[in-house]
Amino acid sequence: MTSPLEQKKIKIAGPSIVTANRTWDGTVIYRTARQGWSNELADAAIVRTSDDARALLAESVADDLGAVGAYIAPVEIAEGGRIEPGNLREQIRRSGVTIGLPVQA
Amino acid sequence: MYAYDEIDRTLVNERVSEFRDQVKRRLSGELTEDEFKMLRLQNGVYLQLHAYMFRVAIPYGTLSSNQLRRLAHVARKYDRGYGHFTTRQNIQFNWIKLAELPDALADLADVGIHAMQTSGNNTRNVTSDQWAGVAPGEVEDPRIWAEILRQYTTLHPEFSFLPRKFKFAITASPHDRAAIKIHDIGLRLHKNSAGETGFEILVGGGLGRTPFIGKTIKPFVHGRDLLSYVEAIMRVYNQYGRRDNIYKARIKILVHELGIEKFAAEVEEEWQQMRDGALKLDDEVVEDIRARFFYPKYEKLPHMPDELRKAAQDPQFEAWRRNSVFTHKVQGYAIVTISLKPVGGPPGDATADQMDALAEIADKYSFGEIRVGHEQNLALPHVAKRDLPALWKALDRIGLATPNVNLISDIIACPGLDYCSLANARSIPIAQELTRRFANHDTANLIGRLHINISGCINACGHHHVGHIGILGVEKNGEEFYQITIGGRADENAELGTLIGPSVKFEEVADVIEDIVEAYLALRARPDELFVDTVKRLGVEPFRERVYATR
Amino acid sequence: MPLVKGGKITDDSFVHLADDAVLPESGAVLVSAARFLQDPEALLGRAGKVGVIWPNSRDVDDLVPHLDRLAAVALVFPTFRDGRAYSQARLLRERFSYRGELRATGQVLRDQFVFMMRAGFDAFEVRKQGDAEAFAQTVKRYSVFYQPTGDGRLTALHRRMQLRHSESAGL
Repeated sequence: MTSPLEQKKIKIAGPSIVTANRTWDGTVIYRTARQGWSNELADAAIVRTSDDARALLAESVADDLGAVGAYIAPVEIAEGGRIEPGNLREQIRRSGVTIGLPVQA
Repeated sequence: MYAYDEIDRTLVNERVSEFRDQVKRRLSGELTEDEFKMLRLQNGVYLQLHAYMFRVAIPYGTLSSNQLRRLAHVARKYDRGYGHFTTRQNIQFNWIKLAELPDALADLADVGIHAMQTSGNNTRNVTSDQWAGVAPGEVEDPRIWAEILRQYTTLHPEFSFLPRKFKFAITASPHDRAAIKIHDIGLRLHKNSAGETGFEILVGGGLGRTPFIGKTIKPFVHGRDLLSYVEAIMRVYNQYGRRDNIYKARIKILVHELGIEKFAAEVEEEWQQMRDGALKLDDEVVEDIRARFFYPKYEKLPHMPDELRKAAQDPQFEAWRRNSVFTHKVQGYAIVTISLKPVGGPPGDATADQMDALAEIADKYSFGEIRVGHEQNLALPHVAKRDLPALWKALDRIGLATPNVNLISDIIACPGLDYCSLANARSIPIAQELTRRFANHDTANLIGRLHINISGCINACGHHHVGHIGILGVEKNGEEFYQITIGGRADENAELGTLIGPSVKFEEVADVIEDIVEAYLALRARPDELFVDTVKRLGVEPFRERVYATR
Repeated sequence: MPLVKGGKITDDSFVHLADDAVLPESGAVLVSAARFLQDPEALLGRAGKVGVIWPNSRDVDDLVPHLDRLAAVALVFPTFRDGRAYSQARLLRERFSYRGELRATGQVLRDQFVFMMRAGFDAFEVRKQGDAEAFAQTVKRYSVFYQPTGDGRLTALHRRMQLRHSESAGL
């Protein structure tokens, strides 16, 4: 989970996606294969080569209005092609904090 | 506490208007993120893992009950019903929407709260001792000077685009509760032999990737010269601080690379040219600021009121009193620390309901004033001792009476990987587990004062370098590991901790801490020898042996 | 790139002269610091006005001896986040009493206009047309200023003093 904000060279080690936060409200979004964004990881476009990753990222970053902080994140492809987060950071981004939120008294 | 007047309020409102315009231009595409990012940071708006995070300023950690109520309102209306108090006396909201931020800021502006410069490469919240104005033995209230500095540094046209962030802290007590030695500029208020107020000024303290303890640049700067001297330091930094590498851009690096003597000479040369200029503070101006600080009209109260005598029979009340109640400079009053570290809870968080209830409590028992400490706890600075039993009951009802202040379960932790996009590992679950391991108050009291600080990455927002026990989250092959240091201190004897050995896995951290504590209990010279003093006396070796014997 | 001077978009009377371009006999020119320092007299001695573009990574000390003969000094913001030129501007205006045109160049954006003016800039090579058009409105954003600069605006601290005195004088 070394912060992807420190990514310098773009080289992917396995299937990857591009993720970002929606500009107006900050929610987690994933780049789709149709030049759009979705809140669902299942809709994310998967790239498998560094060139494809670079291209997908460039196209994502170009949508400066819709998204902020786009970066490449690893995923795992589970049984039946289901996309799962590839590290703890992405798990947390999808499922939320791992601790209970403080409950109103 | 400081009363904003029409002038202060106008500035805050002008800032809100400006930011509203900037958000509008961002959301219309007129401003790119590259142009907007620094602007939003300068209004305390970060992008985090799940959402934006909004950091609101609590200048020198002082809040009125109305302000606390308004923070509760923001938590409810714009966020998920809670806030997090930080190691710089600010409060953070984790789920804020950019589009709603101008409205949240406007709601806060109504009560004189803002988020100016709580992030960005500018001067941040000037922090101070959470017991300022009420601590016995304090030279004078450092918040007067913190407010003078706050105004001076707010929207300063020359210093709004520094090489990197810049943090001030100020103390006026022999025991430094403000951690001035780990700040970019640390100020120790004291009087010279002529009885005049001035400051020992330290520069170049800071944690993060390259931690440094601050060095004294001038042992005494007269109060009237404070701003001109600070301006000289900042001008030297603005011009010569590195801008090629963000990891080498803090003033601590400049001071380290030049050496303190050369740095001091540069500052002196600059200062001599402007010390008698417009920044010279005259007494009238200082007194005006002082006059706008509210101080309660304390009653003449007995040292041991009946209510307190009677309540001493209750062992639970006594446990809390002995732990959380501290001597006030005025007889018959007390300073009460409110632990935000409940067993199993995330350290430093408070729900909106708790904030509202606490505002009521502050109105009733503390002249409407609350303080925020860098240990991520709160304090009530003006409690009449006769009210302590009733206060305790009221706090206990809302879950704010955990008697663990300064004990091992009073943990300081950054938000970590659960929230923060810079993090390598989680910190909150570690803290939660530790509070569970050491939930027994007798055990915690047996161990005594012990500060654990946890950071989820090298940026060190949890101040792990200066923890008695410091825990730093790192990443190894996609897994969370933690480096453990011991022997750090943040006070007037500030010191960086020493690594005890190789990093350990997430699941092992609590066990390691237990081992360290066992070693301490076995090795301490007397029951009242603090953990950090045992480490000083014996070094890390005996602890290292105990921890790594079976690992 | 529009030039804003006197609060509005105006024509630029200066021509940016490249280092290897021939020096015209007349007309106002802006030259690089390197070119200027090579032979200041050649530039200052000619008929037209001369301005120097001074890098933000260099002390203004070498420029100081020539200030009273320079019509313009242009300082640089390589990105708007690099704030060194604010210090240079204040030193030129407040320490060295420079009175000529002080021009902001580089990534000059709307949201820094107020800071720039307070630091002493009076001419702005504005990146975006829309920002240049909004100049007059933008500089009215703030009416309260906490700290003194050379711009002569009364600080909040002193405004309070004034109010206090006039109150106690029964005005």
